[in-house]
Amino acid sequence: MRRTLAIAALLFSATAQAETPRDFLTRFEKEAGGAASAERGGRFFNSKQGGEWSCASCHTERPTQTGRHAKTDKAITPLAPAANAERFTDAAKVDKWFRRNCNDTANRLCSAQEKADVMAWLLALK
Amino acid sequence: MKKLIPAALLLAALSAQADNYRLPKNPAFEEECASCHMAFPPQMLHADSWRAMMGDLSHHFGSDASLDEKRRIAITDFLVANANGRKTGTTRDAAGKPLLRITETARFAKKHREIAAATFQRASIKSPANCTACHRQAATGDYSERSINIPK
Repeated sequence: MRRTLAIAALLFSATAQAETPRDFLTRFEKEAGGAASAERGGRFFNSKQGGEWSCASCHTERPTQTGRHAKTDKAITPLAPAANAERFTDAAKVDKWFRRNCNDTANRLCSAQEKADVMAWLLALK
Repeated sequence: MKKLIPAALLLAALSAQADNYRLPKNPAFEEECASCHMAFPPQMLHADSWRAMMGDLSHHFGSDASLDEKRRIAITDFLVANANGRKTGTTRDAAGKPLLRITETARFAKKHREIAAATFQRASIKSPANCTACHRQAATGDYSERSINIPK
């Protein structure tokens, strides 16, 4: 019985950790209290938000392709889930990069609505 | 003659050692410090420099590179434990503050004294911080002369 419980707990924690890109869209929409707009997300992604860089400065305007860091030139694997299955599968990573990159591009944290919009746009890219 | 060969071998081994910055793999360091730039060798800065850098990751050369506290401490420990493996020369600025850029250390200047500023600015190189442009095996910690190939 104990072993079954342990296995069940392990399975549960394994599934709780592995998230899908759609889970993030759902989460951000819920936090924002409204539906996401892919069109708005694309505009946000491709235009400057107060900082020197936009998201596209490093991720390119079509993030199904490989990007390059605007300062160091290091290659950045595609951000769009359609082109890179590793993206948006780990909540800690997603939160870390939204925090860092929103501070770099907008000099503030992004709102849940902005994150939902960007997620919707990224998910629409094929 | 017979004596000369081992001596030559020893010299060759020692000079190779001086350019060898290989370290055991550290997954947290690799993941967090090599997303935006190559993983610079911990040996190239003084422990004080790493402590200063890791103490202000929200303002990391103009970018937010902040980490959760657990990882920040673990990576700081790794950097400090492996810091200053070789003579880095001056690692403080004129005001006595720890240097944060490897390219500002005395050792870097000495090692690159034959490289013109214009060479560093070539489109194929971009900046002195782009080690791998010329040190082709830098990502593995190999900075030896024989791995250098300066692009046009």
